[in-house]
Amino acid sequence: MSTPTPPQPPARPRLGVFKFASCDGCQLTLLDCEDELLGIAAELEIAHFLEASSEAAPGPYDLVLVEGSVSTPEHVERIRRIRADARHLVTIGACATAGGVQALRNYADVEGYLATVYARPDYIETLATSTPVSAHVPVDFELRGCPIDRGQLVEVITAFLAGRKPAIPNHSVCFACKRRGNVCVTVAHGTPCLGPVTHAGCGALCPTYGRGCYGCFGPAGTTNLPALVPLMQRDGMSEEDIGRFLHTFNVTAFTAVEEQGQPGVTDAEGPG
Amino acid sequence: MSDPAPRYQELRIPSLARVEGETALHLRIHDGTVTEARLKIYEPPRFFEAFLRGRAHTEPPDLTSRICGICPVAYQMSACRAIEDACGVVVDGQLAALRRLLYCGEWIESQTLHIHMLHAPDFLGEDDVIGLSRSYPEHVKRGLRLKQTGNAVVELLGGRAIHPVNVRVGGFHRAPPRAELRPLEERLRTALDDAWDTVRWVAGFEFPDAECDADLLALAEEGTYAIESGVPTVLPYDETLPPYSFPLRDFTDHVAEEQVSHSTALHSRLDGRRHLTGSLARWAVSGYLLSPLALEAAREAGLGDPLSRAGVGRAEVCRNPYRSILVRSVEVLYAVEEALRIIAEYERPASPYVEVPARAGIGHGATEAPRGLLYHRYAFDGGGRVTDARIVPPTAQNQGAIEEDLRRLVQAGLDRGEGSEAELTRLCERAVRNHDPCISCSAHFLELDIERTH
Ligand code: SF4
Ligand code: SF4
Repeated sequence: MSTPTPPQPPARPRLGVFKFASCDGCQLTLLDCEDELLGIAAELEIAHFLEASSEAAPGPYDLVLVEGSVSTPEHVERIRRIRADARHLVTIGACATAGGVQALRNYADVEGYLATVYARPDYIETLATSTPVSAHVPVDFELRGCPIDRGQLVEVITAFLAGRKPAIPNHSVCFACKRRGNVCVTVAHGTPCLGPVTHAGCGALCPTYGRGCYGCFGPAGTTNLPALVPLMQRDGMSEEDIGRFLHTFNVTAFTAVEEQGQPGVTDAEGPG
Repeated sequence: MSDPAPRYQELRIPSLARVEGETALHLRIHDGTVTEARLKIYEPPRFFEAFLRGRAHTEPPDLTSRICGICPVAYQMSACRAIEDACGVVVDGQLAALRRLLYCGEWIESQTLHIHMLHAPDFLGEDDVIGLSRSYPEHVKRGLRLKQTGNAVVELLGGRAIHPVNVRVGGFHRAPPRAELRPLEERLRTALDDAWDTVRWVAGFEFPDAECDADLLALAEEGTYAIESGVPTVLPYDETLPPYSFPLRDFTDHVAEEQVSHSTALHSRLDGRRHLTGSLARWAVSGYLLSPLALEAAREAGLGDPLSRAGVGRAEVCRNPYRSILVRSVEVLYAVEEALRIIAEYERPASPYVEVPARAGIGHGATEAPRGLLYHRYAFDGGGRVTDARIVPPTAQNQGAIEEDLRRLVQAGLDRGEGSEAELTRLCERAVRNHDPCISCSAHFLELDIERTH
């Protein structure tokens, strides 16, 4: 809409939010920052955020948040265009950072998947894989979680505005559990928990609610998966159970840990 | 129809804004007549039904919540119900009440999000909630406060508002003690005023005339406004046809999906006719079961009186999609009241869940997502592994009705001489948002009926 504008304040950095294959939960996290939303809008010009606004201004953008994984031929093109328009590109969530739950197809026969879901697979354009954004273009920062944590998102935006690196620790959920004063669900109740190998960020939610972590933030910076496996077996999980446990919302990242002993995604310092 | 525009026109809106998920619209206009209105849902397929196969019977609630970040609770609740149905377990008493409370939280936050952030800007000539916050700062603040209260309910019971972690088959991982719910009461009391003020605010909007000529389909539950359970009930558009219900296990016999070439979402028909689910359908099917307060708000807002008993009488059924925002506002008020009622009557159950032992079988589950009826069906083998999954979300069911709605609206617009691309785009975007579509949900379900016309 082009309404006559009053005298302009100094130009604010321009924010673009873009979506690929996803559930919209991570961008919704931005709208769930009710207390900060209007403040963020005062600091940043929301130039492109289709879920929230009909105003879709072209780039370049100073900060781009990308949700979702690359899973169609069109996505591959689009992420390159967006990167070219973005001064600083941050991926938000497990989909954009590790391919998301839809990356389960990477380990299956996608033709079979198509035939399961659609009677006419030939109508559907899809890639055989669902890949993280970093597999296609350089990424400046990767924010984990399925979904991301609101506090961490605000920290990423604040850090961007202040021109510093986001203070997002790389340690495991166990640290957050200790900080929260939780009783360890594995030690005390024999509940299988991926907390020791999962990236912190949620504030150790699941153990606080009496269940084991299921790894929705993906692997922590340094993990000792081989040490955890016998513990999960002790607590009654078969090898197959453990496989499914690890291979869900961050399947590619945990698979990389299994294969190489380290997460396939790293906190990129980025080209700046 | 003196149309100075070219005889043949195509309008493409590459991406619709302020809807959840991604969709485009394609209109064909020939000689001033709309020959085709197609919602092109290009949300890429995510194959949930395929990769659910082989998963344990405890897994679908967490997995399917990732279909939609806006209504994850709806996915968790429909999945739980379907699994429990297959395993022959009924969750009742305080656990059922807690589930309804959780769902009320999602209704409050999701409907409030739609009302304030996605839909109201249309009525007030703004691009978004930021613009709205300049012209209506108090109203937006109130909306954000209301939404926060909904989130607080989901966060307390679920751990977080998006993809809650506390839900499990059979109930919850942890049931809160009474005292933990108390702080919510105060917020909900404020929310009751906020919700009532929202209804009044929305009632003052200008509603264009429109009518959606589709059958209305919603769950109906004895004695209460259906949210987390109920029996599919239809109010046909054709007034010579009586209202009817059918057992949930027959759902896919009635609601048949077909794949169309232009969309990754499947289209569905109800007994061969177009149908609509969601707030208008719920209001029509069980509006009379709302609380006295919500009914008073509805009357004051101009929605009139609902049918006196399910399906009896014909007056006061609202079929104007623009007015869906009114019904949504009334439903928020109701959900706030329900939440307060459940908290007041809450006693912590002895166990946070009932055991749901795996067994071979097929189960069906349906609940009322904020956007409409969401159906799940699972088949399990003897080890409790999923052998087949089918999910029918509301937007897919509504797609046919939305397209017909668009066709009529654009036709009416053209007849009034509003043929410019900008005007039509605006008209269409509004029409789509009326239905609160949830596009992420639409792109993934199992197709059985093969359509061979394309
Ligand atoms: S990471 Fe999870 S919450 Fe975020 S978009 Fe993907 S599925 Fe949704
Ligand atoms: S404890 Fe684990 S599974 Fe639960 S929310 Fe945190 S990271 Fe996700």
